Amino acid sequence: MRYSAFSIVRNAFSGNLNWKPHWRQPQPKPHYDVIIVGGGGHGLSTAYYLAKEFGVKNVAVLEKGYLGSGNVGRNTTIVRSNYMLPGNEPFYEFSMKLWEGLEQDLNYNVMLSQRGVIMLYHSDSQRDAYVRRGNAMWMEGVAAELIEREQLKKMIPFLNYDHARYPILGGLLQRRAGTARHDAVAWGYARGADQHGVDIIEHCEVTGIRRENGIVTGVETTKGFIGCGKLALAAAGNSSRVGEMADLKLPLESHVLQAFVTEGLKPCIDHVIVYGGGHFYISQSDKGGLVFGAEIDGYSSYAQRGNLATAEHVMEEGVSMIPGLSRVRVLRAWGGVMDMSMDGSPIIDRTSIDNLYLNCGWCYGGFKATPASGYCFAHLIARNDTHPVARALRLDRFARGYAVDEAGAGPQPNLH
Amino acid sequence: MASLITCPHCGVRPKEEFAIRGDASRARPEPLAPDDAWHDYVYVRANPRGRTFEHWHHIAGCRRFLVVERDTATHEVYSVVDAADFARRAEG
Repeated sequence: MRYSAFSIVRNAFSGNLNWKPHWRQPQPKPHYDVIIVGGGGHGLSTAYYLAKEFGVKNVAVLEKGYLGSGNVGRNTTIVRSNYMLPGNEPFYEFSMKLWEGLEQDLNYNVMLSQRGVIMLYHSDSQRDAYVRRGNAMWMEGVAAELIEREQLKKMIPFLNYDHARYPILGGLLQRRAGTARHDAVAWGYARGADQHGVDIIEHCEVTGIRRENGIVTGVETTKGFIGCGKLALAAAGNSSRVGEMADLKLPLESHVLQAFVTEGLKPCIDHVIVYGGGHFYISQSDKGGLVFGAEIDGYSSYAQRGNLATAEHVMEEGVSMIPGLSRVRVLRAWGGVMDMSMDGSPIIDRTSIDNLYLNCGWCYGGFKATPASGYCFAHLIARNDTHPVARALRLDRFARGYAVDEAGAGPQPNLH
Repeated sequence: MASLITCPHCGVRPKEEFAIRGDASRARPEPLAPDDAWHDYVYVRANPRGRTFEHWHHIAGCRRFLVVERDTATHEVYSVVDAADFARRAEG
């Protein structure tokens, strides 16, 4: 069923009884050309682009929980392409361009809102760093604007401009960046993939990877053995666990990142605002809740819950940037398991096993990358060839000395 | 995560006094070991779901490096020893 204004009217007249589920609930077939492990944003977008752009339609996505139960439903919904390094920026800009056409492509409202992402600076040296980043963005053809203090005061009057330690001197703005409804992204990709014939199999946990003569022949699951021609891993925080089933040793640590949402307010925050004195970022959802988060908790964890000390730290950062936040009540907090890589950048690559493909290491930046990650991973799986914008995101870059370390923190995942 | 950590030198202390350094089970290769060994040491992590040994630094206490054994899924803490004792135990 194609969605349109007309379909809403027509279904209203028939009492809204004829809407169909977004995707089927198929039983697994004995064999697929490609099996994707992980029914999150990246797994689903990979399946969608495999079927739609690369003509590989005999595909299954295996999800151990329900669809969208992982990080795709746990993030702060920010999409942007304001990275600095040449290995990252073209990739994220490719993603941003896919975001801009995504709703028409999927025929699904992902509520993309290009409200602008502004990153604040608090010192002259930080201003210089952001000018440099803005210039690096322009070098890749991405617009960035430096907003000085007086102009910023007109745009965003409620910030704490005269903070004693972190006075706000201005910000770097990417106007095309913004937010998208995270669940709708998962549902939209799932519906799109399903319409192209992909089997999405929920509550089907992979328990083993069967190999013969050095190649993968299929996966053991809680719903039995399923054979495959190619196996693609997109298991985010559980990548090390799934990789272990094929004896892969990965440069990953799983960490917990928390996010928070407040009670609903009238529209008050028009942009995504990123604090420069810490790692705090905030935006307002269409329901009115303020959605925010900051650093990872700092210790490796597979628990999808965080720590009160970190929650307190996040709130302190928020209040130091927007004093009025202290009056708002927080409704919910939750945690997601991040596959932190050793340089803070992702991995989309083949592995030492010929028909096993790997997509992991998204740290806490995976949501914005959902379209490009899926597209590039599908390109790799279908053609055995790395997509040009993902060339720097190879698994062997650490051994070769080509880490893509945006933060310059080195192999310390809890510092990225 | 457990709220209290029993430091072998300072006793029971809130975990906010500690900084977590990461996996303590890796062994540093010899200086002239092959690149592969150094690559594994610097970049590859076992990243277990379950029991793990970690270096914790008691920055707001005795400033000793400790080795904490804990569970990455349940966050239960099993043992805390001084890093020097841990190393000696590993050698012996």
